[in-house]
Amino acid sequence: MAAFVIRRILWGIVTLVAVIFVTFLLFRIFPGADPVTLLAGKGATPERERFIRQELGLNHSWIVQFWLYLKGIVLHGNLGFSFFTERPVLGEITAALPATVSLTVGAAVLWFVIGIPVGILSAIRRGSIWDRAAMTVSLTFVSMPVFWFALILIYLFAKSLGLVSFLPGPGSYVGLTADPVHWFTSLILPWLVLALTQAAIYSRLLRGSLLDAMGEDYIRTARAKGLRERTVIMKHGVRSAITPVLTVFGIDLGGLLGGAVITEKIFSIHGVGLLNITAIGNSDFPVIQGTTVLAAAFVVIANIVVDILYAYVDPRVRVQ
Amino acid sequence: MTEAPLLEVEDLRVHFSTDDGVVKAVDGASYSVAAGQTLGIVGESGSGKSVSSLTALGLTRGRNTAISGRMMFAGRDLLTLDASKMRQVRGNDLAMIFQDPLSALHPFFTVGNQLIEAVRSHRDVSKAQARERAVELLGLAGIPDPAGRMNRYPHEFSGGMRQRVMIAMALLNEPKLLIADEPTTALDVTVQAQILALLQDLQDRLGMAIVIITHDLGVVAEMADEIAVMYAGRIVERAPARELFARPQHPYTWGLLKSIPRLDNPREEDLTPIPGRPPSLINRPSGCHFHPRCPYVQDEHRRVDPVLTPVAGNAEHEVACLLPAQARNAVWQALSRGESVQQAQLLARDRARVAARGPDPAASADPGGPLEVQP
Repeated sequence: MAAFVIRRILWGIVTLVAVIFVTFLLFRIFPGADPVTLLAGKGATPERERFIRQELGLNHSWIVQFWLYLKGIVLHGNLGFSFFTERPVLGEITAALPATVSLTVGAAVLWFVIGIPVGILSAIRRGSIWDRAAMTVSLTFVSMPVFWFALILIYLFAKSLGLVSFLPGPGSYVGLTADPVHWFTSLILPWLVLALTQAAIYSRLLRGSLLDAMGEDYIRTARAKGLRERTVIMKHGVRSAITPVLTVFGIDLGGLLGGAVITEKIFSIHGVGLLNITAIGNSDFPVIQGTTVLAAAFVVIANIVVDILYAYVDPRVRVQ
Repeated sequence: MTEAPLLEVEDLRVHFSTDDGVVKAVDGASYSVAAGQTLGIVGESGSGKSVSSLTALGLTRGRNTAISGRMMFAGRDLLTLDASKMRQVRGNDLAMIFQDPLSALHPFFTVGNQLIEAVRSHRDVSKAQARERAVELLGLAGIPDPAGRMNRYPHEFSGGMRQRVMIAMALLNEPKLLIADEPTTALDVTVQAQILALLQDLQDRLGMAIVIITHDLGVVAEMADEIAVMYAGRIVERAPARELFARPQHPYTWGLLKSIPRLDNPREEDLTPIPGRPPSLINRPSGCHFHPRCPYVQDEHRRVDPVLTPVAGNAEHEVACLLPAQARNAVWQALSRGESVQQAQLLARDRARVAARGPDPAASADPGGPLEVQP
């Protein structure tokens, strides 16, 4: 088990270095705009441009730049400085992260709490009115684009914008420590946007996987033992059916922690996703690079956690 | 066998509605088992053996299932018990083991966990007491180091050991009846023998009745007190085991007997498969359901549906066959002498004609005829 975990972590590090390399290459070799021109303005003197270029470290070849960058991360945890604000990228990210974590983790709790019971109920009452209704509604949510759904919710509920305006709308986010109540209410709409579409996917996934599990021989054995139907479903059925859901959950959560771009943008939540697209608009390479590495790190970590969790859930994996 | 039977099944019908039509998986089956006795139910796949026993446990109930008849078990009709009463019977007075012991155990829980919950779902005992009982039964079922094995997962056991776990699990609550559905089919031949010996040993010690379901007459030959042969959802022949092997009466039973290898048969004799396949349970053949595959079929067999009737001279032996008794005896004797099915066919036709005409002076006047057989 320990060897398994170590191997997974080493592979994760290799993956991360590859991600850093590829993004580095993409943004430095094929830049959208020269950051020097952007910073210096159009009529700048060549001396000023040369000064800025040297200041930003752009006079080295990209291989040297990559080496310095990697060395900075490994030795000092230094992700470089933003071309624009000139503040450390790490600082920018740590300032943005709480918002993204609040948004994602809150939504994850909500989609699990909604998706799992709906999936279980639909599976055990397959073909009933409830099942059909739940599956139709979930199909609707699955098919709705997030940005559209977000705008609809704002149009309906957001304060001063919506028809029934009672929930704080875009731009109202404040940190948890600043004002917990306001933090909570301002996140209700964004949470709903993220959670309802995800809950729809999870309920369908769990329904299918539980229906498969309930057809297994060991479920028949559990019934033949005289267990209560509740135990048969909740212990024997759900335990098997939940494994594929956990896999998807880990990867979804990892992906979203790297920035829920659309939701953050629409609700003007200054999280990692918004930081990332703002940086892209500014050709702010160090920030783009930093947020991308962070997102990749979350996905890699989520995968490792899922693998370890899998081994915990399924004893057959443990042996190998 | 004079006392009231422990399980008495009367005219059981289990019909499943499907998109293709109504599947009559069990269609008028009747059989019984006395306390402490062993009944073997034999038949091909799709003959309704498993469905009838799953019905006893209430496991075939569902929106698309129509069940009728009676299944009296220890004074109660299992078919009319409500879900919660049924649950109290399952795994308690009435237990079942299944064909594939790997898929029948939950892969994510330890064996101990699965045994303990089986005890605790019927008895109000502590976890420690339940564990003690589980260890005891694992030991009885022949598992070495039972206490240590409690914390192991099913995939860490061999096939035979898993079936022993299943047997231990079924016997935890001292059932009056154990239904074993193809308990050895998924196992090696040597392990098969061990499992059958174990079942018999446990029956001697614990005194439960057993219904053993199999497609293999060899499996029930030693174990069963009585054998019921099932075909297309009905019992077509029923007799004490010894009697069934000595004087089988139904062409389907002959087919089953001739299709298993026997050490005491002459080497050159080929195994004879039963031609054709089990009938569709949606569109059943008219008349005798076996007639499309029966080598001895006659015109009226396509119209008349035979009922289970006692064989002359032995009330415990019943058969549902339209062939006259003399024809059946003659054919079986010919077959057991090693004569071919074609020869037996001629004999059957001849004997049936004789029986239809009544006592024929010409036939009795010619005792040395080529097809004559000592009765």
